[in-house]
Amino acid sequence: MKRAMGVINLINEIDFLEVLNRNRCVAAVPFGGRYRLIDFILSGMVNSGMSKVAVFTHMKYRALMDHLGSGKEWDLDRKRGGLFVLPLNTEEHDERAKGDLYQFYCQRDYFHRSKQDVVVITRSHMVCNIDLEPAIQAHLDGDADITMVYKHTADETLSRNRRIRLDEAGRVVEMQDHNGRLVSDNVSMEIFIMTKDFLLDLVETSLAQGYDHFFRDAIMKNMNQLKIASYEYTGYLGIINTIQSYYHHSMNLLIPEVRKELFSKNGLIYTKIKDEPPARYLDGSIVQNALIANGCIVEGTVENSILFRGVKIRAGAVVRNSIVLQNGEIYPGSSITNAILDKDVKVLEGKVLQGDPSAPFLAVKRSIIGQ
Amino acid sequence: MQKKECVAMLLAGGEGRRLGALTEQIAKPAVHFGGKYRIIDFTLSNCTNSGIDAVGVLTQYQPLVLNSYIGIGSPWDLDRKSGGVTVLPPYMKSAGGDWYRGTANAIYQNIDFVEQFDPEYLLVISGDHIYKMDYDWMLQEHKENHADATIAVIEVPWEETSRFGIMRTDEAGRIIEFSEKPKDATSNLASMGVYIFTWSVLKSYLMKDAADPKSSNDFGKDIIPHLLSDNANLMAYRYKGYWKDVGTIHSLWEANMDLLQEKPSLNLNDHGWRIYSQNPNQPAQYIAPTAQLTNSLVNEGCEVAGRVDHSVLFYGVQVEEGSHIIDSVIMPNVQIGRGAVIRRSIVGEGTVIGAGCQIGSVDGEITLIPSGKTII
Repeated sequence: MKRAMGVINLINEIDFLEVLNRNRCVAAVPFGGRYRLIDFILSGMVNSGMSKVAVFTHMKYRALMDHLGSGKEWDLDRKRGGLFVLPLNTEEHDERAKGDLYQFYCQRDYFHRSKQDVVVITRSHMVCNIDLEPAIQAHLDGDADITMVYKHTADETLSRNRRIRLDEAGRVVEMQDHNGRLVSDNVSMEIFIMTKDFLLDLVETSLAQGYDHFFRDAIMKNMNQLKIASYEYTGYLGIINTIQSYYHHSMNLLIPEVRKELFSKNGLIYTKIKDEPPARYLDGSIVQNALIANGCIVEGTVENSILFRGVKIRAGAVVRNSIVLQNGEIYPGSSITNAILDKDVKVLEGKVLQGDPSAPFLAVKRSIIGQ
Repeated sequence: MQKKECVAMLLAGGEGRRLGALTEQIAKPAVHFGGKYRIIDFTLSNCTNSGIDAVGVLTQYQPLVLNSYIGIGSPWDLDRKSGGVTVLPPYMKSAGGDWYRGTANAIYQNIDFVEQFDPEYLLVISGDHIYKMDYDWMLQEHKENHADATIAVIEVPWEETSRFGIMRTDEAGRIIEFSEKPKDATSNLASMGVYIFTWSVLKSYLMKDAADPKSSNDFGKDIIPHLLSDNANLMAYRYKGYWKDVGTIHSLWEANMDLLQEKPSLNLNDHGWRIYSQNPNQPAQYIAPTAQLTNSLVNEGCEVAGRVDHSVLFYGVQVEEGSHIIDSVIMPNVQIGRGAVIRRSIVGEGTVIGAGCQIGSVDGEITLIPSGKTII
């Protein structure tokens, strides 16, 4: 959809991913062996024919900037349009506190200068493979101010999300706070479609009323005045903003149908290329039910686990029900179960690490365990 | 165009007839290798890792796949404002125009391309070879020796000398004798097909060579012997390490199997010298509970539910339950049905091997299944 531009809004995105969110925002959290969370929605936008995407960011964005680069991997390194990473553009430091509405306001020139007249606003932590084109078309065909994408699912009890209630016509009549009681199994995907003019108007009037937050204030507090339509997404969805949901949805990737839905249904998911060689399995390796990225060297045992790029599992090491991020190394004779190890973690000889599926063992980036 | 000290010319027109069905549709440098690469990735990566950022790729035979693969050179960081990679097919001129009649003729026809960069030196390499080499070290030696030409050489087993261009050198490393595929070799130093020339010298020899109707316009057969008989300063640059000319099905298979040695002499995991390639953007590989893998190389996008021993799997290969792959090279997007057994084979891109098929034999020649076939 050439008429639409994308905004991936990372401001005030919930980041309860503990060690994985240390020094990196949710968008930059590694997922699925070779991706970062933002890859899913960003690829979805590109696969839906959008060629201009802005990423609103305000904190812990070094890893994100490194990952996105010029946007080349998503075919967004363009002369006109393409990828724009836009940090807060404030005059004073304390304006940071003002929330995302202020950011939209500060970037109004960016919107004005764009030739697109429809805006799709999303978050980065919705792992899905979505074709946004029919949703945008539905918005253009209808008469709603805003169209909101949701999914009907009972599977999202581990993440922090907002439930919505719809009337018979599909209009959104109630939206809950993250902590609210559950009124339905309809979960907001925090994807909003509206015209650019409407967005800018909404931002200005909301700021004038003293509001700070785009969703919590501008939309939820104006529910009664706004006409909000809904669009149902029926593909696989993983809402990743807690360690439990991260672990749960990571393990779901071991299910063939989930992989098919997520990695190829509406197009490929693009990510930064690392030019690692194929994974190497040596004599003595035992690998069962595992998702393994390139550059890995496996001499030991890996079961029900996910290995990111460049992980080394030495002879006699055992990895079960675990997620080992990039360049991790498990030394001979050590064993890890129900664990999430951040990048560059080393587990030295003979160490035994044991977590629980509901509370996985977590290791901080670059830590050396067993020293 | 910005001046470059050294420009590379990469000969990629080779037909690779002995690779049979694998090179029916594509040129030899575009043949898949090592689970994710094409052969030309090694020389292009060597260039970029050596700091050479102006590369002409000379194509002639079946250039479609090769051209689209090279594109503007971004995977090798060769998409540059000045220089970068340029694909150079034969072209028409006001006074005719012709196919490339030989390796030297290919460079001769592109003298204008080289001169744009006003280089001191020209590196001539072949897109058919698999090796990792820092051309900059070789260039430093060339300069220190004030050589007219420097030829990279590697020691080969004496019994194989008749397959190569063989050099005899004096103690200082100066080449005193050169013989192309000799029967009774007096040395076992073989040319790797990597040359550095002082451009002004080479240019005059290319002109002379082009004016000689009897010449076969080849570096090994004409240019080097001429330089030698004129007593030019021809130096050998000794290379130690992995180098392979994958000219035949057997050597292609063997080169893939070399990667499965306990400590492969060609280390692909060297972060200081990465081999770059086009990336097909596939998810991580999935190894199912029924799978069994020993000593194998498996790329992204594969789904393995069968048994894989001592084999190389390219991206997007599906191996169903109960199948068994032994000592084989399985190229991209091949599907292998239940209970199929594949031994000592190379299976071409996109081929479907039906359930229960038996392919290959325990010994004898390597079996080649061409691309895009359905075997039932």
